[in-house]
Amino acid sequence: MTTLTAPPSRVCNVTGFVIDRNGQRLALANVVAGVVLLAFGGSLAILIALQRQGLPISDDWWYRLVASHGATMLLFWLLLFEVGALYWGSTMLLNARMRLPRLAWANFAMMVVGILMAQWAMLTGRATVMFTAYPPLTAHWAYYLGVLLFAVGVLVACILFFTNVLTARRERTYEGSLPLVVYGLVAAAVIALYSLLTGAVAYGLLFLQSVGVIENVDPATYRLFFWGIGHGAQQVNLAAMVAVWYALVGFTLGGRPVNEGLSRFAFLLLIAFIHLGAVHHLLVDPGLGTSHRIMNTSYLLYLAVLASLIHAFSIPAAMEVAQRERGYTQRLFTWLKKAPWREPGFSSLVLSIVYFGFIAGVTGVLMGTMQLNMLIHNTLFVVGHFHATVVSGTTLAFMGISYYLLPLLSQRRLVGVRMARWQPYVFAGGLVILTAAMLVAGQLGVPRRVADLEYSGSPIGVTLFETGPTPAIMLIVSIGALMAVAGGIMYVAVMVLTLLKGEHTDRPDAGLGFAFGTPERERRAAAQEEAAVATAQATLTAEAPTEDRRPRRWAKFEAPGTYVLVLGFLAWFVVMYLVAHLNLARAWPVG
Amino acid sequence: MASDDPNDGAPTGKGPGPAHHGDDTELSTLLPPRRRWWTALGPDERRWLTIAFVWCLILFTGMYVWMGIGDQQTPIESYRIEPDDFAAEVEAFVDEHQIGEREGAAVVAPPPGSDVFLQANQFAFRPVLQLERDETYRLLVSSTDVQHGLSLQPVNLNFQVLPGYLYVIEITPDRTGEFPIICNEYCGLGHHVMTGLIVVDGEEA
Repeated sequence: MTTLTAPPSRVCNVTGFVIDRNGQRLALANVVAGVVLLAFGGSLAILIALQRQGLPISDDWWYRLVASHGATMLLFWLLLFEVGALYWGSTMLLNARMRLPRLAWANFAMMVVGILMAQWAMLTGRATVMFTAYPPLTAHWAYYLGVLLFAVGVLVACILFFTNVLTARRERTYEGSLPLVVYGLVAAAVIALYSLLTGAVAYGLLFLQSVGVIENVDPATYRLFFWGIGHGAQQVNLAAMVAVWYALVGFTLGGRPVNEGLSRFAFLLLIAFIHLGAVHHLLVDPGLGTSHRIMNTSYLLYLAVLASLIHAFSIPAAMEVAQRERGYTQRLFTWLKKAPWREPGFSSLVLSIVYFGFIAGVTGVLMGTMQLNMLIHNTLFVVGHFHATVVSGTTLAFMGISYYLLPLLSQRRLVGVRMARWQPYVFAGGLVILTAAMLVAGQLGVPRRVADLEYSGSPIGVTLFETGPTPAIMLIVSIGALMAVAGGIMYVAVMVLTLLKGEHTDRPDAGLGFAFGTPERERRAAAQEEAAVATAQATLTAEAPTEDRRPRRWAKFEAPGTYVLVLGFLAWFVVMYLVAHLNLARAWPVG
Repeated sequence: MASDDPNDGAPTGKGPGPAHHGDDTELSTLLPPRRRWWTALGPDERRWLTIAFVWCLILFTGMYVWMGIGDQQTPIESYRIEPDDFAAEVEAFVDEHQIGEREGAAVVAPPPGSDVFLQANQFAFRPVLQLERDETYRLLVSSTDVQHGLSLQPVNLNFQVLPGYLYVIEITPDRTGEFPIICNEYCGLGHHVMTGLIVVDGEEA
C-alpha cells in the first residue's frame, strides 16, 4: 500500500475512508453554497406561487422572479451540489488526495462571481429573458458572462475530478475498478463535459452579440445548441442522481449492486445516447425533418430509456437483496415493510426513485414522442415534468445524501433529528400535489411562464382559464408549492443548524441509522444472531423447515418483490402511453 | 490502507476502505468491486432486460404506427423567410380577404383549402381568422420579431414560431366555435397579453 503524499488527511472513524482535508473543505464549500442557493430559489418559489393567488407582484417583477428561480435551481443549486459530490467521490471514496486545491478554490470563487453577476442582471430587470434566453430577445452582457463563468467553473471542476481519479489510480489508493458510485459520477462528468461545451457555444454567441461583436444569432441554430446544455445539464443531474441513489443504497442498507456489470453497462448507455434526447425540445420547431426528429428522440434515445429501466430494476433489487440477507425473507414485500422508513436517507431514496420513475420518466417519454409533443410543448405540463425530475427526483436524492455528507464532512452531529425524519415526506408530498396539478393544468392548455392567466390586458380576451377547473387546479399548484417549500425549509434548517450548532465530534454517526462501515458490522452480527434464533424457533414449531425460507414459487428470483414492482410500473407506463394517444386523437386533424 | 492506521476505530481491524473482498457482505456500491465484476446476468435481470428492450422497441415503432393511423401529425414543411418579406405577404393577404374588424384587429375569411397567413409579433397574433368547419387550410406561420409559441386552445395544439422561418401547419377544424390562440413562449414583458383568434363557422355536427 502506498502512503499518501498529501500531508493533511485523516481517517474517518465512521466509514474508514482516508479523508483528504482539502477535498473535504472543497466538497463542503460547494455543497453549502448550493444549499444557500436552494434556500434563495425556494424563497422565490413562494412569491411566484402566491402571485397566482393574488399577491400583488407586478408582471415585470414576476417574470424576473421566474427567470431567477429557474437559473438558481436548474443551474446553480444542482451543479454546485454536483461539483461537491464530484470532489467527494474522487477523493474520499477513493482514499485519494485532492489535486490542485488552489485552482479548485479560485474556480469556486469564479463560479460565485458568475452567479452574482447573473443574479444582479436578472433581479434588476436587465436580463428578463428566462433560463432559455432565446434570441432575438437580448439581455445585459453581464447575464451571459455570469452564466458562462459559472459554466466554465463546472467544466474546470469536471477536469479536476478526472485528474483526481487518474491520480488515485496511479497512486493505487484503491484496488481494481472504481466503486459503482464513482463510476456513476464519471458518467455524470462526461455528460457534463459535452453539455457545457455546447452551452458555451450557445451563450458565447449571445454574449458576443450583446457586446456588439456579431450581429445576428440564428434562432433555430441557437435552439439546437442551447438544448445541448438546457437538457444536457438535466442529464448530468440524472446521472449524478442515479450515482447518489446507489450511494444511498450503500449508506442506508449496506446494499451492493445485484449485477455490477449491468449497472455499469446502463451508465455507458446513458453517456452514449441520452444527449440526443435533447432534440425533443425542437419537436414542433420549423426547420427539421421527420427522420431527424425520430432518430434522435426515439431510435437512439430509447437506448437511454433502457438504461433508466435497468437502474429502475437494479436499485430496488439491491435494496431487496440487502434486506433479505438481513433476515426479512418472509413475504413478497416484508423487506420493504421492515425497511428503515424513519431514516431520511432511505425515505428520500425511495420517494425519489418512485417519483422519478412513475411521473418524471413516463411524462418525459410522452413529451419525447414526436406527435404527442404537440399537446405538451410549452404548456404547464412541461413544468410539471421537470419539477418531477429535478425537484422530486434529483433534489430529493441530494437532500437524502446530505444527511450523510454534511455530518461526515463537517464532523458534526446532526441537529434536528425529528425534523430530518419528516422532511422527505413533507417535501415529496408537496411535490406530488404540485406536479400532479401542473400536469393536469398543462393538459388543459395552461401555458408556462405567463404572468396573468386571465389575459386582462389583451385586446382579444381569453376567458378560458378563468372558468372551469383551471382556477381550482392552479390553487392546488400553489398549495403544493408552499408545502414543498416547507419541506425545503426543514432541510435547510437541519443543514444550517448542524453546521452552526452541531456538536463537534470525530464520530458523527452520519444519518440516523447508518448501515455502512463499522457500526454496520455490529448491527449485521446482531441481525444474523436474531435470524439464527428465529430459525431455531421455526425448527421447533414447524415440521420441515426449508433452509431458504422463501416460498417455492419465488425460488428462481433473486428479488421477487422488485420484479412485481417493476412489472406494475411498466403497466402504468403502457396505460399512460395509450391514454396520451387517445387525447391526441381528439385534437383537430393536423399535419 | 485505512484500517492499518492505529487511529482507526474499526474494532475488527478491517475497515470498509479498499478491502480484500472475502465474501459478498464485503461488497458495497461505495467500494471497489471484486476484481472480476462482469458476471453473467441472473434470471431476473435477463427477463427484465428483455421486457424493457421490447417495450423500447414498441415505443420506437409507435411513432411510425401513428403516422399510419393517426390524423394528428407533426408538421414538417418549413421555409426560410425574411421577417420583412413575411410581413409584406401578411399585409397583402389581409388586404385581399378582410371582411371586418374585431377589437381593432382585422378579421379575414380566406377561401377554404387556401394558404392562410398568421403573423406573430410582440404582442399579438394577426389577423383574426374565420374558417369553415371540416375544410383544410395551410397555416403559414412566422414571427416578425422574437420567438413565440402558437398555442391553439382549447384544442391544445402547440407549435414554436421563429423569426426567419416559415412553418406550414395544415389544420382541419372539426368543430365550430371560437378558438383563442395564446402565446406560450416567453416573448417579453407583454407576453401575457399576446393572443389571437380563430373562428370556425359551419353547421354543428
